[in-house]
Amino acid sequence: MNFMDFCESLPKEFLGLKVQLMCNSIPKLLGGIPLTIELVLISLLIGFLLALGLALMRLSKNRFLNVVSRSYVFYFRGTPLLVQIFLIYYGLAQFDFIKESFVWPFFREAYWCGILALTLNTGAYTAEIIRGGLQSVPYGQIESARAVGMSGILLYRRIILPIAFRQALPAYGNEMILMVKGTSLVSTITLMEITGIARYIIAKYWTPVEIFLIAGIIYLVINFIVTQIIKYAEIKFTPYLDHAKKTR
Amino acid sequence: MDSLALLGFGDTGWGDEMLRAALVTILVSLSAMAIGLVVSVFATMSKLSSSRFIRSIGNTYTTVVRGIPELLVIYLLYFGANNAIMGVAKKLFGYNQYIELPVFLIAAIAVGIISGAYSTEVIRGAFLAVPKGQIEASKSVGMNKFLIFRRILIPQVLRYALPGLGNVWQLTLKDTALIMVTGVVEIMRQAHVAAGSTYSPFIFYITAALLYLVLTSASSKALNSAESWANKGVRRA
Repeated sequence: MNFMDFCESLPKEFLGLKVQLMCNSIPKLLGGIPLTIELVLISLLIGFLLALGLALMRLSKNRFLNVVSRSYVFYFRGTPLLVQIFLIYYGLAQFDFIKESFVWPFFREAYWCGILALTLNTGAYTAEIIRGGLQSVPYGQIESARAVGMSGILLYRRIILPIAFRQALPAYGNEMILMVKGTSLVSTITLMEITGIARYIIAKYWTPVEIFLIAGIIYLVINFIVTQIIKYAEIKFTPYLDHAKKTR
Repeated sequence: MDSLALLGFGDTGWGDEMLRAALVTILVSLSAMAIGLVVSVFATMSKLSSSRFIRSIGNTYTTVVRGIPELLVIYLLYFGANNAIMGVAKKLFGYNQYIELPVFLIAAIAVGIISGAYSTEVIRGAFLAVPKGQIEASKSVGMNKFLIFRRILIPQVLRYALPGLGNVWQLTLKDTALIMVTGVVEIMRQAHVAAGSTYSPFIFYITAALLYLVLTSASSKALNSAESWANKGVRRA
């Protein structure tokens, strides 16, 4: 039995919802998953590198770098992601000098504007997470590492980074989920990820509740998988902690 | 037109409209936060209940709402709330008239449901942070459940929950940008309309961003002083 037949076998309506239509929309909505995941992965990856730089700037003694990093984080954490997306996609098109320059092919595409906005946004949040992780390394650990002669890269590689990484992992997991949810906003600038496809189907059949419910379930499943991956990573990287207690 | 003139007050400028929209944003955020707090008190009670069934209701609420995009929650309520209410009214009271909730209310409820899911986790954590020994001690001096709640739990839970609720407030404030899709004229909607009719999107979206920055930074100042007020009797290590 193929999927279409399965949908036909369902009752037409249940609780006032058009069940067959919901069922039929599942394959179409699943088609949006690759773009959603692509957006999340690309922006998380570039955003992480950006965040690393921002966190190091913030912890540096150079006053100028410090202020730059601080203002960046202040701006991107203090404004809604939607404003950032609109500002890049609609806002930049106001200027003729951008329209005439070599960057225009880039800013013309909703895809790149979406990725840029998501990247800049996650960069700010991740920078704070990394900073928190680095600052959580107990000073005694660094002192004792220095006492046995470690310094520079070795100190970072063996002592600071592993401790900071473990400390930051749960918070970074939350950030990953926020990003999965954040990608739904780029549907407002015409990108056809899960929410975009949902809006497209709704414009055709006018069944908003049914389609958005299915879309919501798909996001829920994606986020469930992300939490499981994070949970697995936490257990793997901190095997000495009693995880059974935490998951209860 | 000159970009500053666009933001002027009066008939030709959009400055007064943007400020009025900021007021709407504040109102929606306050209503949503209040709705969220009420929801979260019940959700916390349900999550800390000893009955497995009641616990699962609270857990489902927080997991589902925090797991799907805020935009979808808002869309679902915007398109579904009226029908759902009419359905319930018909089933329970045989009421057959058309019901339409004001859009502002639907928006506030939608953001409130999102905000409530996050508040629930904060309040639950604060409840669990009260040492068990204190409850036992108050029982041993003969306090009843209500008195324990009022004298021991509430003062401490509020203090523990304050920083977390501050974060939820900031989230709520930013989430209200999404209700522009419902047509409520808050900052984002107003900026969108103004951008469309003046062909100066950058000016209006950057103004919107600045308004949000003012709101978030002012609230973080206020929250900091609220925290130090709440902690004035606490000894620091």
